[in-house]
Amino acid sequence: MSSPEVLLHGRDITRRWGGLVAVNKVSLALVRGRVHAVIGTNGAGKSTLINILSGEIEPSDGQVALLGEDVTRWSQPRRARAGLGRSYQRNTIYPSFTVFENCRLAAQARTPQPWVWWRSAQRCEASTAAARAAAERAGLSALLDREAGLLSHGQKRQLEIAMCLATAPQVLLLDEPLAGMGAEETERMLALLAELKHGHAILLVEHDMDAVFRIADEITVMVNGAVIASGTPDAVRNSSEVRAAYLGEGH
Amino acid sequence: MDLATFLIQCLNALQYGLLLFLVASGLTLIFGIMGVINLAHGSFYMIGAYMAYALAPIVGSTFGGGFFATLGVGVVLAVLLGYVLEWAFFSFLYQREHLQQVLMTYGLILVFEELRSLLLGDDVHGVKPPDILAGTLPLGEMMTYPVYRLFISGVCLLLALGMYLVFTRTRLGMMIRAGSANREMVQSLGIDIKFLYRVVFAAGVAVAVVAGMVAAPVASVYPGMGNTVLIICFVVVVIGGIGSIRGALLASLVIGVVDTFGTVLLPQAAGVLVYVLMALILLWKPDGLFKAG
Amino acid sequence: MAMERSKFLFTTVAFAALALYPFAAGSFGIDLVTKIMVYAVFALSLELLVGTTGLVCFGQAAFFGIGAYATVLLSSPTDAPSLAWLLPACVLAAAAYALFVGALTLRTKGVYFIMVTLAFAQMAYYVVHDTPLGGGTDGIYLTVKPVLGGLLDLDKPLALYGFTLGALVAVFGFLALLGRSRFGRALAGIRVNEQRMRATGFSTYPYKLAAFVISGGIAGLAGFLFAVKDGFVNPELMSWHLSGAVLIMIILGGLGHLRGALIGAFAFALLQELFKSEAIFGDFAKHWQLGLGLTIIASVALLPRGIVGVPRQWRERLVGRRIATTEVRHELAGPPPRVNFRVRSAEVPNELA
Repeated sequence: MSSPEVLLHGRDITRRWGGLVAVNKVSLALVRGRVHAVIGTNGAGKSTLINILSGEIEPSDGQVALLGEDVTRWSQPRRARAGLGRSYQRNTIYPSFTVFENCRLAAQARTPQPWVWWRSAQRCEASTAAARAAAERAGLSALLDREAGLLSHGQKRQLEIAMCLATAPQVLLLDEPLAGMGAEETERMLALLAELKHGHAILLVEHDMDAVFRIADEITVMVNGAVIASGTPDAVRNSSEVRAAYLGEGH
Repeated sequence: MDLATFLIQCLNALQYGLLLFLVASGLTLIFGIMGVINLAHGSFYMIGAYMAYALAPIVGSTFGGGFFATLGVGVVLAVLLGYVLEWAFFSFLYQREHLQQVLMTYGLILVFEELRSLLLGDDVHGVKPPDILAGTLPLGEMMTYPVYRLFISGVCLLLALGMYLVFTRTRLGMMIRAGSANREMVQSLGIDIKFLYRVVFAAGVAVAVVAGMVAAPVASVYPGMGNTVLIICFVVVVIGGIGSIRGALLASLVIGVVDTFGTVLLPQAAGVLVYVLMALILLWKPDGLFKAG
Repeated sequence: MAMERSKFLFTTVAFAALALYPFAAGSFGIDLVTKIMVYAVFALSLELLVGTTGLVCFGQAAFFGIGAYATVLLSSPTDAPSLAWLLPACVLAAAAYALFVGALTLRTKGVYFIMVTLAFAQMAYYVVHDTPLGGGTDGIYLTVKPVLGGLLDLDKPLALYGFTLGALVAVFGFLALLGRSRFGRALAGIRVNEQRMRATGFSTYPYKLAAFVISGGIAGLAGFLFAVKDGFVNPELMSWHLSGAVLIMIILGGLGHLRGALIGAFAFALLQELFKSEAIFGDFAKHWQLGLGLTIIASVALLPRGIVGVPRQWRERLVGRRIATTEVRHELAGPPPRVNFRVRSAEVPNELA
């Protein structure tokens, strides 16, 4: 078996705000073909961690390496162009554009060519093709002409994923993709994530424990900014520290 | 420049800076608490100055009072004006986008300017300081400094200190700060947030009006004075950093120094100097000197 | 599709009407409409910034004024300057100042951006107002109007009208193409959701700077046309009142639509003429700003989508409900920054709350 391909590696990531340590020496590795979930209570530092990995916040200490390169000082757009995709906990879509245009504009980031001012963007084959493909993968092919702001919440979450995929990333950072979803929509999203595993390295920040234990290959548990346990779902489930801090004695 | 002249210019710079700070803090207050950008804030300053000119004879003949009586009447009128304006106009602006607020308050400036033109004309006026403050203090061997300018600095400092104490040490101040952070929560606690906002707005207006009244003997009373002071207030906020009172104070004093000494040393470039300063500071710190929380 | 066709029809009819107007109008009318068309070019420049990209600039008059002043300062007092180099030079001068201002201000957002653009426009104003460079408050005259070889003499009102109309159509067409291009769509994306643009890989700052510079250049073109028309420039061309006026034009017309800029320029200019008219208001006409101020307040309050949005507003009223649309202007989204009343040692951001 070939050695696991580490696509994103965070080493000793630390973030301080004045006297408060939001993230304390957190390390993790994202491997192609696997889902790595990060769970923790509110205020555990998960949002800060994902923002550091995506490039929206600078770490106080530590390094982030993407596809072998040190990207710690890189801006978010630069990391995105290098193959890092991100979805947000709150819908970060373009509500007034159609679903198709949402995906197309995301895909345009790959082939921006802004100087061709006389040609319509709709004629850009690269972005229109990528948009259709991404929308299909996310299950939105029937809704391409709908105004994105009019979609149901679940459909908007699907669009979040579609826009991620439109840039053909290698690493996906997914921030609570299941937030606010009903049972049926959750099933659909989990099926999509299972499919997406092949070919991508996925970081999943989630609160839905059932979903996490079903789909994750590796779980990291954070409390108050530090990692208290990290390993396979079984190892985490059986860890006494995790039980005490997070899951409660009933499990 | 000899020492006495230098000292005089320093005191002038201080006085101008503190006056600017007073007006700017009214602007920042309204923006920070209610989220409304009010272009007409400069108009309140102008209204104060014209009140100092127009009210003096009326107060003199009705109560026989002088400068301080006029000031008192002016404050009362300003609070009333602020209260009514908030109820009739500004309360509708809180939920609107900043662009709409900018345009609506810009329209308000035009309305105020024309109303003033209709009621009091377009002439430039002078206002005399009260006799007890009209004297001078000796500075060094040959120079003197007008007491009235020291009075202005004193009033500005006192008012600023007063606002600070109210906001940080009183229950009212605490409620106002809470209301700015979380409007719904404060309402559900049974506190009348609308009344609070009205109070804050009236205070902001009163502060600008007092600044105008107090500055009138020194700055003279002329159309367009409101717009001039407004734009400089914007520069104060840009240099100091939006939302930072500390920044506004530092920026006001720096602008006071640059403007005062600039007018003396480089009269032709004086107007531009403040903006050059702003450009340099932005080069160094794109968000202003202090970034508020 | 019906919407697209009616938009196209409106624009074509409007330009055709403008082309035919000189045949029916007298010299006053031609002069007035030339002025309005110059305003329309000016308004289009701001529409690119505010309507397309979501950058509310309150200092557009600076670029307009620089274009105007450059026209006069670069022209020789004796020979007619050639349009071929004078026009591009004026546009470049305005664009250069836009580059300077944009570089210093575009990393800021919202209210701060509004204030700082206003301040930079004041800077330019004071340069021409106080220093001998701009001739001071008296202004400067353009003694000889520019020409284009033997073809065009802009001293003739009809030629100037035609040239201005040509410039308006050219700018309109350019912005229409730009708007649907990849660059234009990126600007729209920045307006609607800049965070998502960055997350997908767009470096948004260069796009905003480019839009700012193009907008400044177009405003400079409008300034050039204005200087040629009036033959006179003074510091009031850079006053913030003009910045406010052009902002009102695009809001009045309808933000987010190119034809909104056209309509707004016409509506604003006509309103100004109305309020200044002594025939209607007699002595009160000198207080025309009162009427204008009230109109501005009323139109922002009652016509949030501008004149362009009126048909839709009526349709909604007839149907009885809002026609579904989720156009939300994000350019100034977010809660207002809180004022620091105490000194704190650790600034804790909201994410950890």
